[in-house]
Amino acid sequence: MEPFTTHQGTVAALDRANVDTDQIIPKQFLKRIERTGFGQFLFFDWRFLPDGSADPGFELNRPEAAGATILLARRNFGCGSSREHAPWALADYGFRAVIAPTFADIFFNNCFQNGMVPVKLAEADVDELFRRAAAAAAAGTQYRMRVDLRECTVSDDAGFSQSFSVDPFRRQCLLEGLDDIALSLRHADAISAWEAAHGLPPVGA
Amino acid sequence: MSAPRTLLDKIWDDHVVCEPSGELPLLYIDRHLVHEVTSPQAFEGLRLAGRRVRRPEATFATPDHNVPTSDRRLPIADPVSKQQIDTLRANCREFGVRLFDLGDADQGIVHVIGPELGITQPGMTVVCGDSHTATHGALGALAFGIGTSEVEHVLATQTLRQAKPRSLEVRVNGRLLPGVTAKDLVLHIIGRLSTEGGSGFVIEYTGEGIRGLGMAERMTVCNMSIEAGARAGMIAPDVTTFDYIRGRDFAPRDFDRAVAAWEKLPSDPNATYDRVEIFAADAVVPQVTWGTNPAQVVGVDARVPDPDAFADPNERSSAARALDYMGLAGGTPIAEIAIDRVFIGSCTNSRIEDLRAAARVVQGHRVAGTVRAMVVPGSGRVKRQAEEEGLDRVFREAGFDWREAGCSMCLGMNPDTLAPGERCASTSNRNFEGRQGKGGRTHLVSPAMAAAAAVRGHFVDIRDWDYR
Repeated sequence: MEPFTTHQGTVAALDRANVDTDQIIPKQFLKRIERTGFGQFLFFDWRFLPDGSADPGFELNRPEAAGATILLARRNFGCGSSREHAPWALADYGFRAVIAPTFADIFFNNCFQNGMVPVKLAEADVDELFRRAAAAAAAGTQYRMRVDLRECTVSDDAGFSQSFSVDPFRRQCLLEGLDDIALSLRHADAISAWEAAHGLPPVGA
Repeated sequence: MSAPRTLLDKIWDDHVVCEPSGELPLLYIDRHLVHEVTSPQAFEGLRLAGRRVRRPEATFATPDHNVPTSDRRLPIADPVSKQQIDTLRANCREFGVRLFDLGDADQGIVHVIGPELGITQPGMTVVCGDSHTATHGALGALAFGIGTSEVEHVLATQTLRQAKPRSLEVRVNGRLLPGVTAKDLVLHIIGRLSTEGGSGFVIEYTGEGIRGLGMAERMTVCNMSIEAGARAGMIAPDVTTFDYIRGRDFAPRDFDRAVAAWEKLPSDPNATYDRVEIFAADAVVPQVTWGTNPAQVVGVDARVPDPDAFADPNERSSAARALDYMGLAGGTPIAEIAIDRVFIGSCTNSRIEDLRAAARVVQGHRVAGTVRAMVVPGSGRVKRQAEEEGLDRVFREAGFDWREAGCSMCLGMNPDTLAPGERCASTSNRNFEGRQGKGGRTHLVSPAMAAAAAVRGHFVDIRDWDYR
């Protein structure tokens, strides 16, 4: 997994609550058997008009969102289906972090497996970031932010700075890009002991 | 004397393998269910790392999301779907996992066949790369959905990294009134909790209104816990549970001993939950969703709400957007909404009890000329049972399509989809935009309400139904 320490990039603002994973990656694109190549289908039904052209009204298609790597979103982002194709699509499109007041549990966990940081901020802070992003767009510029996982802060160049909390173990895995299966297999003896204590035959027996 | 514990506490405590300093606990997983959509990348990960499945005998697979529900003797027309199903087959063979394949008499929706075969049992931890895994909590298990990376982790280690979730007691006092079903109850609960009200929690459903439900109804309730944001929903095992499991293929051989252990699982009398929400069963009426998430729901006797009636700005804009997508105006009586399609099926409502309830409504009636309706049994077993009882004839004679088992139009990964603008009364679990087909409009209802809507061509209050 690609480690995440700090990231600086421009922001795409998606001003909708309860964005579900069916919207992030619609079901017709779940039939691939690879982990890669999902970015082209991200938000497909919102991004593209029936004739296949980009919908200019959709937030990610606006000029200020071009090349964005930080997604700003509303409450309960990533609700619904457990499909990890959702973070795969976001990461493949180029996003390294998602900032929202709340996330759905399964999506939140899935982000950490894919080198992407889900940043939970207070609703008032997220409102402020939406205002700043809108002001930048109105001025014809892109809104830049910085996500620092070492310090657990998000900031911009105009005085916004806020800390966020993240589980220390998940944070460490992301900072070092660790293979968490290898980490867990270091506890193979404890797993075997649990199995023996619960009357299961030894593995491979 | 140790502190009183909840059902969740007991299962959790029993399954913590270790809590190494600075790491999340490792939780042992008793049963791992696998389907074709969220597993190929996990098996590929194992292959790339040279790892094997730690406990193949704890892992069970079936293809359900992609499978056609038409004639099974025909080849799968969609080459990409076929590849995914072939890949599951090859992976199960390579890694020694038991597969209930297409053509196997026991194939079906993973959350229908798990309990039906006795694979999932009280006190177990159960995971699957599918958010509706909460279904198995109806048996008194801790069951939840996981992502594909976690699927790979469970395959390789038979454990999961998990922080302990908080507990939410949803207590349902009293009994449901006639004509009101478990589906109506859970939609009512979601409507009040909101789509994220249960985030971070495991729900334990308690109270007379839950105890009085049969196993299929309990599964319907637990199944939709995720629609309130809760990863898991569970119900303490009791005599209803034990009677359900007894005699099933994978039930414990020493059944009495198993029951003795299961009887210790229910929450202790003085156990406390992190949060409690109380509902009155007799306040629940038949429910119909009007929007694009399951919490956007009202009683069948109500009207589509006006977005301006919502105080919260997020809810207001979400309602306005939903009504625009759904092609509905605020103030429209629910009973005046005409439908084009009816889907009876999904891991929420495709068990034999669901089909009986729908058939009882349909008996002696015809599907309205403006409606196309289909019934998709949850498993091969459900289908055979229904045919033995003659339910297939009731449905066919009324004008329903009678199909093979699978997820089908719940998410439309197979050819069963809505066309843009089509409006569907569906017994499934999600009314998200495009869920049943791009531009399709989904209203979630109970099997009886869906059947009645098929006959009348619009929603009707099932409590007034003309049973024949």
